[in-house]
Amino acid sequence: MVDTSNLGTSPDEVQFRFRDDEPVDHAAVTVDSVLEQTNATAVRIEPGDDARLLLPFLDRLALVEVNFPAFGDGRGYSSARILREAGYTGELRAVGAVLIDQLSHMRRCGFDSFAPDKRLDEDDARRAFATWENVYQRAADGRRTIADKRHEA
Amino acid sequence: MKILTGNDLRSGAVTWWNGSGWSLFVDDAVDVGDEAEEILAREEAARRVNVPYAIEASIDAAGHVRPAHIKDRVRALGPTVRRDLAVPTANKTGWDWVI
Amino acid sequence: MYRYDSYDQAMVDARVEEFRDQARRRLEGKLTEDQFKPLRLMNGLYLQLHAYMLRVAIPYGTLDARQMEMLADIADRYDRGYGHFTTRQNIQYNWIKLEDCADALADLATVEMHAIQTSGNCIRNISSDHFAGAAADEVVDPRPYAELMRQWSSFHPEFTYLPRKFKIAVIASEKDRAAMRLHDIGVRIVKRGEEIGAEFYAGGGMGRTPMIAPLIRDFVPIDQFITYAEACLRVYNRYGRRDNKYKARIKILVHELGAAEYIRQVEEEFAHMLSVGVEPPREELARIATHFAPPPFRHPSESWDLGRLQSEAARDPSFRWEDGFGRWVRQNTHPHKAPGYVSAVISLKPAGGIPGDATSEQMRVVAKLAREYSFDELRVMHTQNLLLPHVAIADLPAVWQALDGAGLGSPNMDTIEDIIACPGLDYCSLANARSIPLAQRISERFAETGRTEVVGELKLKISGCINACGHHHAGHIGILGVDKKGVENYQLSLGGSEAEDVSLAKITGPGFDEDGVIAAVEKVTDVYLAKRSDGERFLDTYRRIGMEPFKEALYG
Repeated sequence: MVDTSNLGTSPDEVQFRFRDDEPVDHAAVTVDSVLEQTNATAVRIEPGDDARLLLPFLDRLALVEVNFPAFGDGRGYSSARILREAGYTGELRAVGAVLIDQLSHMRRCGFDSFAPDKRLDEDDARRAFATWENVYQRAADGRRTIADKRHEA
Repeated sequence: MKILTGNDLRSGAVTWWNGSGWSLFVDDAVDVGDEAEEILAREEAARRVNVPYAIEASIDAAGHVRPAHIKDRVRALGPTVRRDLAVPTANKTGWDWVI
Repeated sequence: MYRYDSYDQAMVDARVEEFRDQARRRLEGKLTEDQFKPLRLMNGLYLQLHAYMLRVAIPYGTLDARQMEMLADIADRYDRGYGHFTTRQNIQYNWIKLEDCADALADLATVEMHAIQTSGNCIRNISSDHFAGAAADEVVDPRPYAELMRQWSSFHPEFTYLPRKFKIAVIASEKDRAAMRLHDIGVRIVKRGEEIGAEFYAGGGMGRTPMIAPLIRDFVPIDQFITYAEACLRVYNRYGRRDNKYKARIKILVHELGAAEYIRQVEEEFAHMLSVGVEPPREELARIATHFAPPPFRHPSESWDLGRLQSEAARDPSFRWEDGFGRWVRQNTHPHKAPGYVSAVISLKPAGGIPGDATSEQMRVVAKLAREYSFDELRVMHTQNLLLPHVAIADLPAVWQALDGAGLGSPNMDTIEDIIACPGLDYCSLANARSIPLAQRISERFAETGRTEVVGELKLKISGCINACGHHHAGHIGILGVDKKGVENYQLSLGGSEAEDVSLAKITGPGFDEDGVIAAVEKVTDVYLAKRSDGERFLDTYRRIGMEPFKEALYG
């Protein structure tokens, strides 16, 4: 059995969270493992994983971590959005090289929890989350777009 | 000789290590020998220079410090097609050594 | 042309503040250069050979006089009095200071301009046909569709960290005046009966491995246009290579998967995206399109045609028909859909000059002309020239005199003097060789020997490195600068085309030094002149007789 004791982030590594429920408190498993482990409720997606493999298990997952080993690798944004589009309502946590300047886009893609490798400046983060008063395109956060607002009756 | 060059963080201007600071003029560049790595790391961390690196250079017949690679000679001189924007230098003799 | 509403303005203003904050954190040391670099790139700020370079976006190459005057002010206030117009219809300033950049962006924002996503691994400036809104052969003005894409692609949360840069071109005619097939995604707006839709091409590009984009969908209904683009981008974001910077463009993905498999994946994602519902409301395209209504052209009865212009010129020596004006009318004007009008090319290629560069004074001259003679509208051409899209033929004499007086009247559009050249090793840290001096010497040579007109249409393109920003793969004659053991060397290639008859140029053989490649260009045009049949352009003769006669002349 895969030793998962080093995998996953714990709740006290989560610096920002936009949920009311309790953070999931055990190690995440890999995508490969969760397909076999019928009782896993938390999984960790790496950039090269296909998030759609998780679609059959979404209703039993309480936490999906998406790893950003390098902040320039944008695959995690697609993974997050795909999960939300499929109806996933659990915690979606961005982990790894999560920096100030990625926060607003990550939020839009459906992340509601952030566990950066290096703790971020709270003021900078607050500003970063609030960067965009309005948005041009539809994303996973359900925000009304500028085009929607332009054309409401 | 081994010299150090980079860009000024604020202004972007090309700079050369003169032994105690960063000069705008390639002729002020000094041979750093094997201290290059140490100086580069210290100066970049202190943000006195941006993206610095070490290069080979020689002194030419007119007494100019001549970087070994054409790219750095263009950086030292300015765009060859806009001589009016050339980096000012006290010693103009034989300055046209981009080729 | 498009005008910002308060939403658009707020987005650009927010972006300026975001960048100001990022620059502050960099200067304070809260961000390392590695962390700051992708952020500054997404605001068009490069660190180049001499200083920071700022690339300002000119969406689909369209701007007005007020904006051109601001570009002139930026050149004077923050730079050294000039700017360079690029092969993607943008403008570059070469001497910007990081500490000034946010202020420059704030100034640009006051006239609805920005440098958003002009660099970085994101969706870049959407380019289009420089004759959009003026060309008689367009199905519809492509720019509303380009504007819809611009808004969709700006700060797109999912596509901000793509494997590599992403360039989109949108046209709406059979003729391809935007090198559409050589883009990551190329869109051609078409009509099927009464229904408007889009042809999509994906996987074109130049650079190290040039490829022509295959057709991936022959008709996407216009009300699914953004959804389809989103699907294309998502497949690329998920599966584009990230292991090797030189294999990370979508052209490699399409090539390695094969077009059929890429299409299959896109269609799957497209079906999914349709159910998610990402398309902007239909009314949005209609709203944007109202900004592109044609200007109030004069009635034909109040206009001159070219015949009338010529007879007036014959009567009146002040027109200077024989002194260059006639040649300029013949060479630099393009037919217009409205009778009595033409589009007039403003050449930024004086013989011996730096291709694409304009001084702030020249920019102001151009702005004034746009205001007075072109319904306050200007275009930037991907050939590094400018354009007055809607000029009444009767106004051409005044326009040309003003251009000629400002050094902007060279009558050389699409001739061998109309060279496309990247900044090259004089400016660019990626370059292996200088390209501008080559362009200067070649244009001077052909001008002084009077051969430019004799040779006729010949699109010469020069790149200073394999990244091909000078589009040399698509040149009738292409020149690539390489580094041969620390010395500049040049490869010559023939037979490329960026138009609807798109083709990639072939290398002639061993490379040349600077003197050698200039002589080579002359030899190659000599072969053309000796072998051409009636009415053949250089490209036609090359395609008919093949490489052999040229190789023979070059290498004996």
